[in-house]
Amino acid sequence: MITKEDIKNLADLARIEISEAEAEGLTSQIDSILGYVGQIKDSTGDVERAVPKLRNVMRDDVVTHTEEEYTEKLLNNAPSREGKYLKVKKIL
Amino acid sequence: MIDISKLTIQSLNKHLKDGDFSVRELAEVYLENIKNKNPDVNAYLEIYSDVLEQADVIDKKIKAGDIKPLSGLPIAIKDNILIDGRVATSASKILKGYVAPYDATVIKKLKEQDVLFLGRANMDEFAMGGSTENSVFGVTKNPIDLSRVAGGSSGGSVAAVSMDGALASLGSDTGGSVRQPSSFCGVVGLKPTYGGVSRYGLMAMGSSLDVIGPITKTVTDSEILFNAIKGQDPMDSTTYGEGIYSQREVKSKMVVGVPYHVLENGGLSDKVRKNFDESIEKLRSLGYEIKEIKLPNIEYSLAVYYILMPAEVSSNLARFDGVRFGLHVDGDNLLQDYLKTKGQGFGQEVRRRILIGTYVLSAGYADAYYNKALVLRQKISEDFEKAFSEVDIIVTPTTPGPAFKIGEKINDPLSLYLEDVFTVPANIVGIPAISVPSGSVEEEGVSLPLGLQIMAPHNSEKILFEVGKKLLNE
Repeated sequence: MITKEDIKNLADLARIEISEAEAEGLTSQIDSILGYVGQIKDSTGDVERAVPKLRNVMRDDVVTHTEEEYTEKLLNNAPSREGKYLKVKKIL
Repeated sequence: MIDISKLTIQSLNKHLKDGDFSVRELAEVYLENIKNKNPDVNAYLEIYSDVLEQADVIDKKIKAGDIKPLSGLPIAIKDNILIDGRVATSASKILKGYVAPYDATVIKKLKEQDVLFLGRANMDEFAMGGSTENSVFGVTKNPIDLSRVAGGSSGGSVAAVSMDGALASLGSDTGGSVRQPSSFCGVVGLKPTYGGVSRYGLMAMGSSLDVIGPITKTVTDSEILFNAIKGQDPMDSTTYGEGIYSQREVKSKMVVGVPYHVLENGGLSDKVRKNFDESIEKLRSLGYEIKEIKLPNIEYSLAVYYILMPAEVSSNLARFDGVRFGLHVDGDNLLQDYLKTKGQGFGQEVRRRILIGTYVLSAGYADAYYNKALVLRQKISEDFEKAFSEVDIIVTPTTPGPAFKIGEKINDPLSLYLEDVFTVPANIVGIPAISVPSGSVEEEGVSLPLGLQIMAPHNSEKILFEVGKKLLNE
């Protein structure tokens, strides 16, 4: 049984702010969803992990575009920038 | 006057070759129809302002003798696929105003084919949902019955084709998001083999499940569009090349597997079951052998899906941090910025799935949920492999019923999840599946379409097209 405190803790871990009222609503919804998916616990038997069809797919680590080709396009999508840098709040 | 209701990709090419009309004239007809219908249906989030300019460029090329199989194809693109310089938001508040910095590989391929991009199509936020009710831009209504949902998550892409607001469209399918709405709106939707079509430039939801697929009016068109977008891509390491999967050949006498035990748990109404039985009879009359099969672990597929998908979602959506793109809500410090931006930027269903994903991956629960789901995923794959050693295709209904009413399932997320019961296994296993119209059922005096889902082994889309064409007399 999942509790409201669990939901608030998960939201903190996921860095999502939720209101008290939402935490309340989510508790019963997520509890019923976890109850449903929890049926897999009843299944028995293990498998030997199969090797995936595709593995170690590599490509050469080379420059594929001209310098600053995407700089402005990428920085223009940022909510806040200063020159050619993304601007964030002081962390330390 | 161009009759777009009869038009197909195939016939369009002939009309343009014969000079029956120009791409500009065609574009004008589509734009006029969209103008009339979109205010009710809400299939499009944006109609591009340069459609006629695009048309003129294509017309010029055609005049110079440069005509390709998809030249002038009026197409709608789901709002989670990037087109360089155009807005893409995944129907989310958190990506408001985001402008794509490059072309998705599928878009690059379509541009080389001179298609006509009409606009971007509505969807459930980040492709999470089965009704397009989770779009922050409002629900997409079913063009056949405006009181019902178009389905989802590619509801806008499908409704655009269904209302003759596009001749074809692209959607993405993680658990049924191309097939389910196609079934609800009476069109053809293909979920290709995982890795058959590049995901480069598709906003990630469940990376081990996602695939881009075409939505069209005919199976022949589905094949044409699939062949135009498929193929290995250095920018997506999960795409496969030659020799990875052996392709099953189309045989004159093929065996159709029917997992009848799955239907019992699907919650089918008598009317839907009757429709399915009629499809089976039709397959029999077309000369196919029908064989009952068992898929012992398939009952777990929905549970497996609703563990793996949210786990991948919680990881993929961590990137929306209010720093690099889209919405930023300011707080007292960086942590508060994150909390507020994600709290206000993500819609309810997205938040719900991120929390479930966080739970199933967290210490103490990962073994019971996530790792167990991975084991079952492999078991389900082995079940299908075994089944395909005896049959060439497997068929089920696409959905348990026809399109439901808008608002009917909005407050009960679990009941909406159960809608995916028939479509999810193909994503878990990675095999291709197509939904083709299979007739209709009468609900409240309206004739609502149903779909038949056909599944084939990896890389064997050819078989799906063959059987689909026969079913639709193409």
